[in-house]
Amino acid sequence: MGVIFDNFSLYVDGFLTTLKFCAFALVGSLIIGTVIAAFRVSPVPPLRWFGTSWVNVFRNCPLTVVLFFCAFGLPELGINGEYFWFGVLGLVLYTSAFVCEAVRSGINAVPAGQAEAARAVGLTFQQSLSIVIMPQAFRTVVPPLGSVIIAMIKNSAIAGAFGVPGDLFDVGEVLTSAQGLAAVPVLTGVALGYLAITIPVGLLLGLLERKVAIAR
Amino acid sequence: MRLRGLMVGAVTAALVLPLAACGGSDSGNSGSNPPVATSAAFEDGTTMKKLADAGTVKVGTKFDQPLFGLKGLDGKPVGFDVEIAKIIAAKLGISADKIEWTETPSKVREEVIEQGKVDFVVATYTINDARKQRVSFAGPYYEAGQDLMVKKDNSAITGPDSLKAANAKVCSVTGSTPSENIKKYIDPANLVLFDVYSKCADALRTGQVDVVTTDNVILLGLVDASKGEFKLVGKPFTKEPYGIGIKKADTKFCEFIHETLEEAAGNGGYEKAWKDTAGTVAPNTPKLPTLATCA
Repeated sequence: MGVIFDNFSLYVDGFLTTLKFCAFALVGSLIIGTVIAAFRVSPVPPLRWFGTSWVNVFRNCPLTVVLFFCAFGLPELGINGEYFWFGVLGLVLYTSAFVCEAVRSGINAVPAGQAEAARAVGLTFQQSLSIVIMPQAFRTVVPPLGSVIIAMIKNSAIAGAFGVPGDLFDVGEVLTSAQGLAAVPVLTGVALGYLAITIPVGLLLGLLERKVAIAR
Repeated sequence: MRLRGLMVGAVTAALVLPLAACGGSDSGNSGSNPPVATSAAFEDGTTMKKLADAGTVKVGTKFDQPLFGLKGLDGKPVGFDVEIAKIIAAKLGISADKIEWTETPSKVREEVIEQGKVDFVVATYTINDARKQRVSFAGPYYEAGQDLMVKKDNSAITGPDSLKAANAKVCSVTGSTPSENIKKYIDPANLVLFDVYSKCADALRTGQVDVVTTDNVILLGLVDASKGEFKLVGKPFTKEPYGIGIKKADTKFCEFIHETLEEAAGNGGYEKAWKDTAGTVAPNTPKLPTLATCA
């Protein structure tokens, strides 16, 4: 345990980097995932096709491959940028596919009568989706979405291998290889760091779930 | 499509690299075999006497370090370390084809010397005090050091002190000593870290980073593989003296190796060894460093 206290500031830096990285990835994947879910239930066929392809591509590729394409493929095409943002982009693309499917399951869970009633009172598709369907859908998808978010936080550890500097997992690498410290205590510290993010997120989601639940 | 390009590249590299090594070995066999001493007479009881009588010598080197010790398809290692070993063997009256090569990766070097599995080790072997506890070193025969690798047309970066002014992004490997050393010279935000150097080379090629830094010996291998796209800045800013590892306290053998190295430096053998191997990438032949005293 001494290892963790001796290098506490390194761990804290890594923790904050991971937190920042995940915050951007979370916002990005929730927005894009929801938009893609809307595409998948839209009455316009090309949008549906686009949404389906998106999910099929990003849900079925290993995250390392998606990150590889972002970090090494984009510069190959002449698009240069910070590895931090390439990492965020990769994680957003990958996670958005899972968010989309979770949200879509929520949309499907809203009774069809809701959509029919919305259209009957003269709301457009966009209006019925954003005012009537989505607010109800989100309530039911809090638990599956929670699992997706927690998986995303853990997946962020992979981004360190694609140039994202100094994330929590990277700290473990530095301590074990540069300073030659024993791996088990170092990685125990890394594990505690991730738990310090994922457990509160889980608790928060549980709270949210109870708060927004609808009694049917 | 990119992936296929990469695959093709990887397969091509896998095919071409050993071929290139072969080429080196051919020229090495024809041109760089140092003249074998014919009348080698040594004192009884010395390592030299034992080896000269046996007519064969067991040498440890690396089999995976381009330009220093790299094993080709013909099974013979080629490189600067290999040439140095040949010079020493020749002085013992042993020709290059009588050398038994053993692969000695960094982790096993002390062990194979202590156990007598090899007679000496020439394997990008940095002399340091911890290692001197277990083995003795002759040399140094070469001084490596951390250097910078940039694109061929980059003239803004002339050494570590120019990195800040150029606001250069620098790439190295996570947790490596060079990555810790370079932190003195740059803003930490400009340091990019990967798990292997090949990713750094790729990032340099695509313009994601401006500089790759690690020991010049590793960089020379990357420059060699880049087909003229990269170059070394050539101002090493750390000192890694490479020695020849021998059995602890074999002072006579150490003194013999020193004489041999000095003779090679005098008669052009040392320069030729460099020119035939690492010199194909780094044309400036290094001077033989000042030899340490044998103890």
